[in-house]
Amino acid sequence: MSLWQKHAIFEKNSIVLVIGVLIVIAIGGLVEIAPLFYLKNTIEKVEGMRPYTPLELAGRNIYVREGCYNCHSQMIRPLRDEIERYGHYSLAAESMYDRPFQWGSKRTGPDLARVGGKYSDDWHRDHLVRPTAVVPGSIMPAYPWLVRTDLDFRHIADDLRVQARLGVPYSPEMIASAIDDTRVQASGDPGSAVDLAKRYPKAQSRDFDGNPERITEADALIAYLQVLGTMVDFRLYNNRANIR
Amino acid sequence: MSTAATKSMTLGEGGTALAFAALAALSLIVLAQAHTPEYSFHAFLFLAGSAAAAFWILNRYFERPAALPPLTVDGLPNYNFGPVKFATIAAVFWGIAGFAVGLWAALELAFPALNFDLPWLTFGRIRPLHTSAVIFAFGGNVLIATSFYVVQRTCRARLAGDIAPWFVVVGYNFFIVIAGTGYLLGITQSKEYAEPEWYADLWLTVVWVVYLLVYLGTIKRRTESHIYVANWFYLAFILTIAVLHLGNNAAIPVSLFSPKSYIVWSGVQDAMVQWWYGHNAVGFFLTAGFLAIVYYFVPKRAERPIYSYRLSIIHFWALIFLYIWAGPHHLHYTALPDWAQTLGMTFSIMLWMPSWGGMINGLMTLSGAWDKLRTDPVLRMMVVSIAFYGMATFEGPLMSIKAVNSLSHYTDWTIGHVHSGALGWVGYISFGAIYCLVPWLWNRELYSLKLVNWHFWISSLGIVLYITAMWVSGILQGLMWRAYTQLGFLEYSFIETVEAMHPFYVIRALGGALFLAGALIMVFNLWRTVYPRGAAKPSGRVAPVADAVPVLAR
Repeated sequence: MSLWQKHAIFEKNSIVLVIGVLIVIAIGGLVEIAPLFYLKNTIEKVEGMRPYTPLELAGRNIYVREGCYNCHSQMIRPLRDEIERYGHYSLAAESMYDRPFQWGSKRTGPDLARVGGKYSDDWHRDHLVRPTAVVPGSIMPAYPWLVRTDLDFRHIADDLRVQARLGVPYSPEMIASAIDDTRVQASGDPGSAVDLAKRYPKAQSRDFDGNPERITEADALIAYLQVLGTMVDFRLYNNRANIR
Repeated sequence: MSTAATKSMTLGEGGTALAFAALAALSLIVLAQAHTPEYSFHAFLFLAGSAAAAFWILNRYFERPAALPPLTVDGLPNYNFGPVKFATIAAVFWGIAGFAVGLWAALELAFPALNFDLPWLTFGRIRPLHTSAVIFAFGGNVLIATSFYVVQRTCRARLAGDIAPWFVVVGYNFFIVIAGTGYLLGITQSKEYAEPEWYADLWLTVVWVVYLLVYLGTIKRRTESHIYVANWFYLAFILTIAVLHLGNNAAIPVSLFSPKSYIVWSGVQDAMVQWWYGHNAVGFFLTAGFLAIVYYFVPKRAERPIYSYRLSIIHFWALIFLYIWAGPHHLHYTALPDWAQTLGMTFSIMLWMPSWGGMINGLMTLSGAWDKLRTDPVLRMMVVSIAFYGMATFEGPLMSIKAVNSLSHYTDWTIGHVHSGALGWVGYISFGAIYCLVPWLWNRELYSLKLVNWHFWISSLGIVLYITAMWVSGILQGLMWRAYTQLGFLEYSFIETVEAMHPFYVIRALGGALFLAGALIMVFNLWRTVYPRGAAKPSGRVAPVADAVPVLAR
């Protein structure tokens, strides 16, 4: 009886076939995924990384809602041209609080991993309203409704609470003050901004969309874009620290 | 209604009707409390859908005879083709919708004014609508239709379950509606090819488990001792997609009343899980499932047995084992550790072998029947699809090599590669299967082989335009990004590389338009097949034995 005939056991018994398939498909995934939860260079702690402020998180959720990942990556590869074009290559730690990750797979537009601080708030607002106003030749859709739509942050504390359950270090205090923090960061009241910066180091508080009357979706999205890639100070980063 | 006295409701009927009533009640509560109007709309769809389902199940009970349809009639299996017909029609409908949305998205890239400053029409929302419509709506319905057909035929047994198969086909299409409308309304996880939010994912999980149970139940009923090879591929597809779906969509909703959820993985782990899912959506949804179609429809149409039984065994196990490892090639040079990238690359290159083994097994099945390529355009379509499969599975390993990937990644080359697989391989094998299925299911002769020929050549021209445009634009843009001047500065600003893409985006849209035109010819052909003008031409084939087609399908 040859080995070929032994295969009949899979062909004659559906449960054996099911179990066989499950074992065979489990191996690759387990080998590639499981180690990422304990290897030092995938769970490294890097100085400067902090959870998003409620406003930045709300902005990120708009980024997610609009499907920006379809055209913009957030992952700079360690290749000469990318580092010169976009900045220091991306670290694993820089997306440690990203749920979901937004590394993307296509650059119809440029990488955004380090877009924070590159352009002014005004530039971003004008660009969102009409991209060709600041980048002639742009093929990006316009998002004029973002500056017109009030940000809905009634439930933002729930968002923080869920993330805290998933292990993001949002303290009970941060969750309790989430709604106030959103308002403070988008209005830039200097007194309260001190408290915000205590909870979220280096958080930038100001009116992002140039309309101090309202807190709009553009406020949140621009706050998010302006923090992208700015948390880690690469003058202080030691790229040898996590090599075993 | 005559035998109502002895008629009793089955557990399935009562149970599902109750479950739908409960779901309707829950949807009503969510509808009232939802955080956003978009979510209220989805709660309304769930409410309307589950109320209609409960009504249909009860009404069907009152209208049906006391006895459920017999498993056999005169010793022959009493096949249940109603759900197959439903899924076939759905596949054609979603195919046209998905191709049209794809064409629109392509035109938006060439002429951005077509975004019209409307939220629901922006490329960011339209593109997932296109990918989900073609992969899950078109491809998924083709897979469900063909798998329910093939498993009955090859097991010589009636589809398991009474309401369950209908739940699978209707429930799956309901998932599509929720997913698609969600993208347009801005409800998305923004995980590529896994965009639907938590409640759509939960619904799909229920549908998928029932799909698996119906499938296994039918196999259990088989009167043949061996499970036919096509069924191995279908089973691997159903099982693996279930595992991937659960792993990649593990998320906690913000609230029962919010459409928003947060994924339990983050950053680099999420990236790895996502592409473990994403690449195997290609490997198991778009490959294993459609290979099952090859293993049934090609030998059937060519009237030749599968070339090699042993090759199919190797093909099957090697393919499903190797595919799972290939995900990291989507993450070359990222923050994913190098060893994982190297593993992904190595296994992707190895994957070339079983892929071509499968291609050879499919193509060589035509041994002694090659002449049919001249006379049967349906068979030609399927054979060309296998050739495209061979091409795409050669290009894939090539692009997974890190040095090549450093150029191709983030560019249109990837889009071109995907479409040589999607249009050439998945599209053509699906069209071939549909051209076979519709005449078989409706017991008619196909209206016109000449029109199939037109479909084939117009679509092929479209595919060639599409792929070549994307090769040129992808490689061009990749080279422009890394071009340096003699003084050592980057030669092009980003926007210059975008502007250079315009002619290729126009050509690509033209290719897509031709592909859509071909598919529309198919729709006309199928329409005339099912609804012939004048007297119907019944096919010579033996009529499928009395199938109890529920009201919905009539």
